Amino acid sequence: MDALVLNGLTKVYGNGVAALKGIDLAVPEGDFCALLGPNGAGKTTAIGIITSLVNKTSGKVSVFGHDLDTEREAAKSCIGVVPQEVNLNMFENCVNTLVNQAGYYGVTRRVARRRAEKYLRLLHLWDKRKEITRTLSGGMKRRLMIARALVHEPRLLILDEPTAGVDIEIRRSMWALMREINAAGVTIILTTHYLEEAEHLCRNIAIIDEGTIIENDSMSNVIRKLQREAFVLSLQERVTEAPALDGYTVRVRNDREIEVEVEKGQGLNRLFAALSAQSLEVSSMRTKTNRLEELFIRLVEDRQAGHPQ
Amino acid sequence: MSRSEVSAPGEPMAAAPARGLFMVNVIGLGTITHKEIRRVLRIWIQTIVPPAITMTLYFIIFGSLIGSRIGEMDGVPYTTFIAPGLIMMAVIQNSFGNVVSSFFSSKLQQHLEEMLVSPLSVVTIVIGFVIGGVARGLLVAALVTVVAMFFTDLRVERPLVTISVIVLVAMVFSLAGLLNAIFAKNFDDISIIPTFVLAPLTYLGGVFFSISLLTPFWQNVALANPILYMVNAFRYGMLGASDIPLGIAFSIILAAFVLLFGLALALLHRGTGIRS
Repeated sequence: MDALVLNGLTKVYGNGVAALKGIDLAVPEGDFCALLGPNGAGKTTAIGIITSLVNKTSGKVSVFGHDLDTEREAAKSCIGVVPQEVNLNMFENCVNTLVNQAGYYGVTRRVARRRAEKYLRLLHLWDKRKEITRTLSGGMKRRLMIARALVHEPRLLILDEPTAGVDIEIRRSMWALMREINAAGVTIILTTHYLEEAEHLCRNIAIIDEGTIIENDSMSNVIRKLQREAFVLSLQERVTEAPALDGYTVRVRNDREIEVEVEKGQGLNRLFAALSAQSLEVSSMRTKTNRLEELFIRLVEDRQAGHPQ
Repeated sequence: MSRSEVSAPGEPMAAAPARGLFMVNVIGLGTITHKEIRRVLRIWIQTIVPPAITMTLYFIIFGSLIGSRIGEMDGVPYTTFIAPGLIMMAVIQNSFGNVVSSFFSSKLQQHLEEMLVSPLSVVTIVIGFVIGGVARGLLVAALVTVVAMFFTDLRVERPLVTISVIVLVAMVFSLAGLLNAIFAKNFDDISIIPTFVLAPLTYLGGVFFSISLLTPFWQNVALANPILYMVNAFRYGMLGASDIPLGIAFSIILAAFVLLFGLALALLHRGTGIRS
């Protein structure tokens, strides 16, 4: 069964702006799907419609087979959402924030208190359980919103930029948590500006731009579509000019680093052999930019130039 | 963060469908009620104390100081005459004020979304906020009644009428506060109605005088004020005297309740003021 199906979803705001222009998307149960797009692409509008915070203009939304128009309550019961903007009650403490949210989904206070403890511990917020939410740091507020989205234990978790403003250590632990939640069978839809995050976590990807989905495939297929990739090599020896490497485009970044563009299917063994033949020893290597970022920029640029994929 | 700490889908997590929608709404209503009453008690210095002080001042100035020179009105001492009106005024202001500020701040801080994304029906959400407003209205009414007892010998002639009127009026003005909050876009919008509509209608609604004092023309004008019917119905319940027939007063209060409740449901269902 699909966790989420969008059919011809459109949204035209009162000011005439068409935020969504007929989106079709199917997210299978158990998937970890990335929904990417530049600012204003329509991601948050789509999430708003799925979570009943935005009225759609036309189209259909189905959550685990429940039509949002005809079985709204059943559909909403399946969803947990972490919005992009902090929307906590600033005068409520952490425990009550979770207990109240659970109550809105029909979880009794006795069970809700147990769940609140479980998810506050999971998100490293148990020590802050009696703190008023406005006193929490930005990262803690984000974690509390994740705990709040989980407290009724949804089958579909929608995370709208959940790690924005969170430090690296916490972000990594949140990634691990998201993987665990997904491994437990919860379908996750993630929007993020950290493309590395999407590449690390997600199996499938949908790229949305100007209210239209311009790419929807598995992460591996999307990455495979990249025609070339740039690597930065740090060398043991100093270089003053780009070494001649037959079949590769090489550029000197500084006296210890070169940048090499590798065509799809070229492989790296021949590159290392050519460098060794010139007595150049590589001490380390990294990709120049995130691969997904390259693809993302190319897709959006192609579209803006009128060359759809 | 072991995997066992995350429940598998379909286990306890499917609480809402497993319980059935009715029970989800019952538990949800309990949650909203609990939250709203806790809010009233948590900020008691803003919600409970000011109306008690204001009403005490009314009793001192209009009841003891000026009232002693006025003598009787409608066959009872003036302090006794104004007591039901002042209690009703406290109920109107506090029921309205509680819901308008609670709902509007939820909207402004966006945590109203916690309810909007949940499977709760709009009926449950409306009733939950109304219960909060009624609770504060009745709590303040109880305090004002205690204050009134220091100034006059209060009695309740018809308890059933008294209780049913005060609860109905608290519900009507809680709904009015909710409607104000639904349309409000900023803090000015939530002060305009109480200042320019509610206060004049309350002061001219027979709290401090009997409309028999007015000329026939102004008596007819006063009859267009719905608060007049509420104050008089409550006064009838407490003192057994009223300018208005009880049946008409009850009909108007019930009609106002049905109209405002229907309007609140329709607006929230459409998403007016809360969804784009």
